[in-house]
Amino acid sequence: MSEAATHISIQGVHKVFESGGQEVHALRAIDLEIPRGQFVCLLGPSGCGKSTLLNAVAGFSLATAGTITVDGKAITEPGPDRGMVFQEYALFPWMTVEQNVAFGLEIKGTDKAAIQEKVASLLAMLNLTDFRKRFPKDLSGGMRQRVAIARVLALDSPIMLMDEPFGALDALTRRNLQDELLRIWTELKKTILFVTHSIEEALYLADRTVVMTYRPGTIKRDLMVDLERPRDVASPAFNALKKELSHLLMEEQSRHNQAEFKDAAVD
Amino acid sequence: MKGYRHAASGVLVPLAALAFWQLLSSMGWVNATILPSPGAVLVKWWAYLRPLEAFDPNQGSYLKWCFTGELIQDTIGSLYRVLVGFVIGGGLALPLGLAMGYSRVAYGLFNPLVQVLRPIPPIAYIPLSILWFGLGNPPAVFLISIGAFFPVLMNTVAGVQNVDSIYLRVGRNLGASRLTQFTRIILPAATPYIFTGARIGMGTSFIVVIVSEMIAVNNGLGYRILEAREYLWSDKIIAGMFTIGLLGLGIDTLMSRLSSHLLKWHRGLEQG
Repeated sequence: MSEAATHISIQGVHKVFESGGQEVHALRAIDLEIPRGQFVCLLGPSGCGKSTLLNAVAGFSLATAGTITVDGKAITEPGPDRGMVFQEYALFPWMTVEQNVAFGLEIKGTDKAAIQEKVASLLAMLNLTDFRKRFPKDLSGGMRQRVAIARVLALDSPIMLMDEPFGALDALTRRNLQDELLRIWTELKKTILFVTHSIEEALYLADRTVVMTYRPGTIKRDLMVDLERPRDVASPAFNALKKELSHLLMEEQSRHNQAEFKDAAVD
Repeated sequence: MKGYRHAASGVLVPLAALAFWQLLSSMGWVNATILPSPGAVLVKWWAYLRPLEAFDPNQGSYLKWCFTGELIQDTIGSLYRVLVGFVIGGGLALPLGLAMGYSRVAYGLFNPLVQVLRPIPPIAYIPLSILWFGLGNPPAVFLISIGAFFPVLMNTVAGVQNVDSIYLRVGRNLGASRLTQFTRIILPAATPYIFTGARIGMGTSFIVVIVSEMIAVNNGLGYRILEAREYLWSDKIIAGMFTIGLLGLGIDTLMSRLSSHLLKWHRGLEQG
């Protein structure tokens, strides 16, 4: 991979939290070069700092040490060039589907006609046209996440950050949205950084899966997933990778459990 | 059918109470001056509602004549005071509450004073209100605005402070300026609380108007029932009290309808 193609560059990133008078080393010495257009999944047990890393890239919570750059520019604050999709959808409940999707464009100061056109095309893309006048409370979880994706797509941001976006959905809806995300990604060629704790999800979606360790969060394994799309979750190749990652993850999960037992014993 | 039965069961207890009341009167168990019969109250109510003078075309239109009854004039007087007091009290509380909820500095500056003043019931301001504003509408409006002020203030502060931080994160992610965050995210997210505060404030205003009319003005529903006591017109007292009750219910229903219409996006709202 040539230098010029690097889109997101994470170098020597540390993140230390203060928690109950104790320092928690959430991230340690993370190095990650993500080329433009790559679909990267961050995989790990809870507490491995994958969301912390995502939030650092988003600019919500800056790294304690190290640098994160996008197109060579250091990140100092959140911005619409890095649209984020949250697990809890985070749609504005007082706005209709249409208004939620349009909000980012209104902030940008896009003119009304262009907003309408853009929103209409995004709603069509995500099969939301019939629901455009609804409020979020009247939508299912899958529908809400479609709206959240449309809201981020409206920004035309080259990077999409996704924090366990399908974690709260049932299996069928989940697969459905995964396929749709792949379709959108193929069409729009975005760089995607996707946090998940599901091995199958990571292998189904990603070009590259980065397995992280339990506290302190480091990179345990950086795996290129060279399976042809659409991927067959029942194929031997898929299952071989799944087994391998499963083994790595189990190790971290048991470290997590031990740490929790230790904490409980101290209490 | 179910709704019909529900409504039927809702009138059961009032009817029984009414029957018991009528029984007390009919059997002569209570003195009619102390507790007049329901029928007597109804007759008085009608007399209180009716225009005092006969219709005279020279005095104005028929419609205008219809509104000359004492009860109608008293109701208009009370509602006017409630409205003015509520608008002043709520109108001052809203911006202060938004500022206190949004800014820690403003909260730190104002909260100690607010916490000391809040427990003082509006009634306790009566002596001062008369000293400052004399008699008539001004002291009444002053008391009512105090009654409306604190519920609106406290709920507005809570509403702004309780805005889910994820909405603010989304706002920042979408590139919203601080002003946009405030007007498009914080304000709408806080409206359910603000409306609750307004509804409570309206209820308080209604209580305070009756009290203030007993001391400072010479019309209005509160004044009228106190006046009726001087003449031992217990039927008129009770008619006035029921008017107050029904009016309060009407206002609260109106407020609740309005807020469920405006907050139809809100998940926690009960239907109806």
